[in-house]
Amino acid sequence: MTSGARIVTRVTLSRQDDTGVAGRVVNYSFQFGALAPYGDLIVEGAFQTLRLSAITMAVGLAIGLAGALARTSRVALARWAATAYVEIIRNTPLLVQLFVVFFGLPSLGVKLGAGAAALVALSVNLGAYATEIIRAGIDSVHKSQVEAGLSLGLTNLQVFRHIVLYQASKAVYPALASQFILLMLATSIASQIGADELFHAGAYVDSRTFRSFEVYAVITAVYLILALIFRALFGALHAVAFGPLSRRRR
Amino acid sequence: MSLIELHDVRKNFGPLEVLRGVSLCIHEGEIVAVIGPSGSGKSTMLRCLNGLEKIQGGRIVVDGTVVSAPGADLIGLRQRVGIVFQSLNLFPHLTVERNVTLALTVAKKMHAAAAGEIAREVLGRVGLGDKLLAYPDELSGGQQQRVAIARSLAMRPKVMLLDEITSALDPELVGEVLRVLEQLASDGMTMLLVTHEIGFARNVANRIVFMHEGRLWEEGPARDTLTAPRTRELQSFLSAVLH
Amino acid sequence: MIRTFSFLDVVFIVSALRFTLALAGIAFCGGALLGAIVLVLRVLPLAPLNWLAAGYIGLLQGTPLLGQLFLFYFGLSIVGLNVSAWFAATLALSFYASAFLAEIWRGCVQSVPRTQWEASAALGLTFLQQLRWVVVPQALRLSIPPTVGFGVQVVKNTSLASAIGFVELMRAGQIVNNITFSPLCAYLTAAACYWAICFSMSRLSQRLERRLHVAH
Repeated sequence: MTSGARIVTRVTLSRQDDTGVAGRVVNYSFQFGALAPYGDLIVEGAFQTLRLSAITMAVGLAIGLAGALARTSRVALARWAATAYVEIIRNTPLLVQLFVVFFGLPSLGVKLGAGAAALVALSVNLGAYATEIIRAGIDSVHKSQVEAGLSLGLTNLQVFRHIVLYQASKAVYPALASQFILLMLATSIASQIGADELFHAGAYVDSRTFRSFEVYAVITAVYLILALIFRALFGALHAVAFGPLSRRRR
Repeated sequence: MSLIELHDVRKNFGPLEVLRGVSLCIHEGEIVAVIGPSGSGKSTMLRCLNGLEKIQGGRIVVDGTVVSAPGADLIGLRQRVGIVFQSLNLFPHLTVERNVTLALTVAKKMHAAAAGEIAREVLGRVGLGDKLLAYPDELSGGQQQRVAIARSLAMRPKVMLLDEITSALDPELVGEVLRVLEQLASDGMTMLLVTHEIGFARNVANRIVFMHEGRLWEEGPARDTLTAPRTRELQSFLSAVLH
Repeated sequence: MIRTFSFLDVVFIVSALRFTLALAGIAFCGGALLGAIVLVLRVLPLAPLNWLAAGYIGLLQGTPLLGQLFLFYFGLSIVGLNVSAWFAATLALSFYASAFLAEIWRGCVQSVPRTQWEASAALGLTFLQQLRWVVVPQALRLSIPPTVGFGVQVVKNTSLASAIGFVELMRAGQIVNNITFSPLCAYLTAAACYWAICFSMSRLSQRLERRLHVAH
């Protein structure tokens, strides 16, 4: 096995003249039009990405909440397990986790389809980050707030529900929103196991049109639009839940 | 009838001994001011009374409940003991009214209407009847502390514990809070206050307790003890504070 | 030819670590240099430059790294350059890193309290002097943990270079899997290597953070 195997690829185009860099760019006609017949596929891919993202966010958030509670639990085993989970997931790449789930689990008897594997790997991945974010948010609520609540005769659960939850949510919101957007972009990695989503749709169109640059330029642009939409939505939600609009005076 | 009893209470934070055998009795209707230098254990002692801090030695009995016992009903106790801290008392995401009614509805399971009535009454007593729908960050420090007092009063406590509640306030806001305390005192509320306001202690408190290095160093009637301190430590403390 | 997963395969995977680290190291340095420039453009009191930098950052943070990787790979070949996966990956990762580092560092500069600027201005220092002697030293100290944290991200992101054929840790795992058909062994070995590097970097960051706090 040759060490340091670098795959040197020369991608030559059928209409390339040898007239220097500028000439080559000019000679290469960007044929975005060739992608038109596949517009539907791309749009469908975008919706698949959105669906995958939405489900992953919900599951990942749930895992994160459970993880945060485990991390701050009095039960040593729960603390240890949650810490191990976070440290393992956050220190290994998503792609590797995806491959372990999709290619590795079958040898243990768990056969998942590409979509399911992507969901599992992405949720577990997001869950680890969410755990840390939520835990930091809970810790950020000042001890005096908890003490004031307890001193009024509220139980720990009541203190959490009425006093800590809102303030912790407000504290974690920006970090969590950023993480969700990163997740949406990271769903593109699921293309590597052939899951149905936007990037994979791009690979398909590429295999049909051979206009690789154009295809991926369009795909990337669609991701950008999705990211901007997400950012706007999260911003609006923040204003309603935590901003001046949230002050209800009954 | 003693409402609060401390018997040889010991408490450490790790290797640091904060309370080294404190014994004290507070009777119903008494107003006791606790003074002393930082680190003498005053706040810690207060926080042990409603179970926020656990003690390592001795016994604490408050309103018949043995606080230091393992299975003590702290939740029930805390509904009968009001405590106000130096700062960050109020819940910033709730209106003033909701701050006051929260414990009434959630812990005491009252109906919203009844709780609202009580809130209006106690907020009126502290002079903030018009601020029901305000949020804490819209109030001054003095107003916030008064709301905190009202919130504790709403629970109809047997005794009020006040931990340096004016220490974090701008000087011009201290007066309004002290006036509320004076009113409470004349209404007959039992109060244990940790304070630096020596003047207030002399005029309003029945008894002064001077703490030094985790122990009760000197104790006696308010006026006499302050004008004629017996121990050297209290003398130097007073001369440092009353410069 | 299929053979069973053996120690030799572990050695093969682990030895690919050097390519992962090389790519990560070069991309991080490139990203840092570029990021510093972007940072300056972002904070200079010149609106058009701010927008340019902000747009650049927004573009790179709002699109998937995989997409950027492919665009560099196919885009470079359009201009006829001899595109090796290595070159495309290095470029893409560097640009990606520059955007994130610029944002991280901007946050650090902004978290130096306003009063530090005012106090140094009151002492008669110019804007650049304030930056050099008062603000940047403090921002630097604040920036170490998140910068090292992002370094960990860069190491993990090198795994995507496998998608364009660069042989690093991830690709080595795939190659071994294709020969031995032991995906669990192959990918867990690769995962363990990543974990070792990233975990050590995180610990280092924590230790640095503590030491810097103690010193001041």
